[in-house]
Amino acid sequence: MSEIVTLSGHRGLALEEPLLFEVGEPGRTGVDLPEPPPFDRDRLGGCARRAPVGLPCLSEPQAVRHYTRLSQKNYGIDSGFYPLGSCTMKHNPRLSEKMARLPGFADIHPLQPPQTAQGALAAIEALADWLKGLTGMPAVAMSPAAGAHGEWCGLMAIRACLEDRGQARRRVLVPDSAHGTNPASAAMCGYGVESIPANADGRVDLDRLKAALGSDVACLMLTNPNTCGLFERDIVEIARLVHEAGAFFYCDGANFNAIVGRVRIADLGIDAMHINLHKTFSTPHGGGGPGAGPTVLSAELAPYAPLPFVVRDETGLRLVEHAAEAARLGAKPFGRIKGFHGQFGVFVRALAYIMSMGSDGLHQASADAVLNANYLLARLSADLSASFPGPCMHECLFDDRFLKDTGVTTLDFAKALIDEGFHPMTMYFPLVVHGALLMEPTETESRETLDQFIAVIQGLAAKARAGQAEDFRQAPRFTPRRRLDETLAARNPVLRWR
Amino acid sequence: MRYLPHTEADRRAMLGAVGVGHIDDLFRDVPAASYAARPLDLPPGRGEMAVERDLRRMAARSLPAGDAPFFIGAGLYRHHIPAAVDQLLLRGEFLTAYTPYQPEVSQGTLQMLFEFQTQVALITGMEVANASMYDGATACAEAAAMACRVTRRGRVILSGNLHPHYAQVTETALKHSGATIEALAPDPMGIEDALGRLMSDTACLIVQYPGFFGGLRDLKPLADACHEVGALLVVALADPVGLGLIEPPGAMGADIVVGEGQSLGIGLSYGGPGLGLFATRDKFVRQMPGRLAGQTVDVDGRTGYVLTLSTREQHIRREKATSNICTNSGLCALAFSIHLALLGGDGLARLAALNHAAALALEARLRAKGIRVLSPSYVNEFAVHLGDGADAAAIIDRLAARGILGGVPASRFYPDYPELRPVLILAATETNTEEDMDALAGALAEEAGR
Repeated sequence: MSEIVTLSGHRGLALEEPLLFEVGEPGRTGVDLPEPPPFDRDRLGGCARRAPVGLPCLSEPQAVRHYTRLSQKNYGIDSGFYPLGSCTMKHNPRLSEKMARLPGFADIHPLQPPQTAQGALAAIEALADWLKGLTGMPAVAMSPAAGAHGEWCGLMAIRACLEDRGQARRRVLVPDSAHGTNPASAAMCGYGVESIPANADGRVDLDRLKAALGSDVACLMLTNPNTCGLFERDIVEIARLVHEAGAFFYCDGANFNAIVGRVRIADLGIDAMHINLHKTFSTPHGGGGPGAGPTVLSAELAPYAPLPFVVRDETGLRLVEHAAEAARLGAKPFGRIKGFHGQFGVFVRALAYIMSMGSDGLHQASADAVLNANYLLARLSADLSASFPGPCMHECLFDDRFLKDTGVTTLDFAKALIDEGFHPMTMYFPLVVHGALLMEPTETESRETLDQFIAVIQGLAAKARAGQAEDFRQAPRFTPRRRLDETLAARNPVLRWR
Repeated sequence: MRYLPHTEADRRAMLGAVGVGHIDDLFRDVPAASYAARPLDLPPGRGEMAVERDLRRMAARSLPAGDAPFFIGAGLYRHHIPAAVDQLLLRGEFLTAYTPYQPEVSQGTLQMLFEFQTQVALITGMEVANASMYDGATACAEAAAMACRVTRRGRVILSGNLHPHYAQVTETALKHSGATIEALAPDPMGIEDALGRLMSDTACLIVQYPGFFGGLRDLKPLADACHEVGALLVVALADPVGLGLIEPPGAMGADIVVGEGQSLGIGLSYGGPGLGLFATRDKFVRQMPGRLAGQTVDVDGRTGYVLTLSTREQHIRREKATSNICTNSGLCALAFSIHLALLGGDGLARLAALNHAAALALEARLRAKGIRVLSPSYVNEFAVHLGDGADAAAIIDRLAARGILGGVPASRFYPDYPELRPVLILAATETNTEEDMDALAGALAEEAGR
């Protein structure tokens, strides 16, 4: 394909777009601003700018075209099936976008007097009530900005509670299938990290867990359902063992979407869990954020939740923003983790989604998410190599045994899917199986879409078995750019235009 | 349910293909005592119209900034956002994409991030910027941690002119790192002696520019003094618009520049999501937190972009990563980048000048009413003193009752400093009209008893 050359460099609807810095010109503008009145620069404290900023400028039509063309080089959920395991790429409702833009939510400042922000505080309270109701937990810290931030928040609360008890526990146990943020968050909290291997079932090895537990373990961080897409069926026993050792049980709630509306995590013995609103509650991922990671807490951990938090009194809703005031209410916050009050715009989107779904809709959503993943697992097991027997939860895990001796790698297989019009699954994660292919279809995909995907996967597997490895190595061929040289990018970093 | 495509027939057929009789069979690994076969006892789902009606009623209980004379800043600012910004953000290919792990289908996000990184580096005067952090406060905490790694030292000095949230988040984040945090007292007059605190074990000094109370100071002497003892100078920005008018921190010797990018392209949204800016020198790039987009070539030799230097990051390095950050603020970075592309360098300079002129005009009106302005220098935000014994918080509440959102009382951040009770922080932007300023000056003078 690449040998077909046009004069312009464009290829029909596949339009090339230069960098902003190559199209912008000084003297142009995309914003008509009035001429500023003349003023002396003597109030600038001797800091007046000496040289012009040196940024290019686009007129509005050029900017619209630049970003529209860039967008066309992206694949989103709106474009097609996006079975990226552990990322929960499901439909983002448009009502949520519309509601987040209401002036009473979008155009209010976090430092307005609380009596002028009652609607915003009510939205925070309403979402917090839903999160508590859906998890059965008594408290929720709303300010974490993303999943990893929520993990860290939960661990900080645990550490504050342990220090209050006079216990200097120093280790955090993390299964080896965990997302990389788990050990990174534990390290940021000053903890040593100890890895717990999985058993042949893809679940926590209870004997290894028992052996690792001890009086210096602060907590176990467990993802449930785990990153192999499996429910930790011994979870109640795990919680008992952890608590018996005097430790806390942190659950990474990245996969809460599999059980939302069906399992209240309080009933499993969990002490703290963050909830990725951008996964379970369908707020857009935006090409890498913003997310939000509210963290539910047990009664024992609740007093240590970070500042600020919303309280209701006779004057209405207000924020507690200082430790001294929190102390008067019996709380002992471990600190502040973010500017202002949390990812409010994400809260509104999540709230609109939850109100739309309700308890019945969420109950159905987790069912359909699990059904779709099991459908893929059942229909693909003959052609691919499933790592663990079903049933799975919201995602299904395959490894690269089916590619043995074909000369095709997991990477090649994923890139071939791109040419077929699908976003690849998660590759090489979790690390507990070789050449992992982790597929999460989500509940918002129709049976027709899944059937198309299954047919393509089966066809590709047959092609690999038929010895057409070179075809895979050439993929993708129909994308704006083909495989990119990541080694060159890292060896000789070019991180900005000059 | 409108977001779920399956019909009952689909579900039956699919359960059959899986080989189970009922959906509950797929949840058999869940302990029976913890499994709800029926929906929880919470409100049921509703249609768009009903949800929209409820949320509109809820939103109507707040007073939007656009409906009032509005002078609140203190870390977040109300600027005009060109209509094209939000329209472009809603392109589904941007809005509904994940972090660009598959570069062949993510060149849009990746090129945008490369452009964003360049824009941030250019306006801050730094060499390299990352693809965003959560917000200004968390970016500040990451800078402190990075300074400790770079210098292999553990003393961090926080200026009294640093936003209190930035200071508190930094203190919390470094609580268990072994570092010592020295936070200086609030400094509305800009007279603190930060240089006197620098020692041979100082990792960094963190100052805000312009300061939390609005004041400006030449950063060069601070940078020189830091470098003399082997420490880094970290500069926090609350409003990047001002950089159209004042020297960029990079030109004055800053080693790390962090900031809140909300002013460009991102609305107030009750304080989140924001956009953490993070820029530094090339020589420190491998100690940076967060994602980085880099330029490379594809197998056909064509220029393209990838996420790079990921050996710093949690998904590769796990507990040895430079940060635990994963999801960041990609879509907010896009908003910032579009707004800045529409402004260009000349537009940013003009916008900053309009902001400064608005603040000068506000100051003149307040002085005419006999109100004392504390900040000797500023871009678009300054502190005023409402008179001995005055309670700025009570006055602001009375203004709010009159429909005026008139600044932030310093006591909201510093309840333990009685001498700050009469102090009010006021911000002016290009959105303020002369009528707004007259309304504020008049009402403030009345309520402050002048």
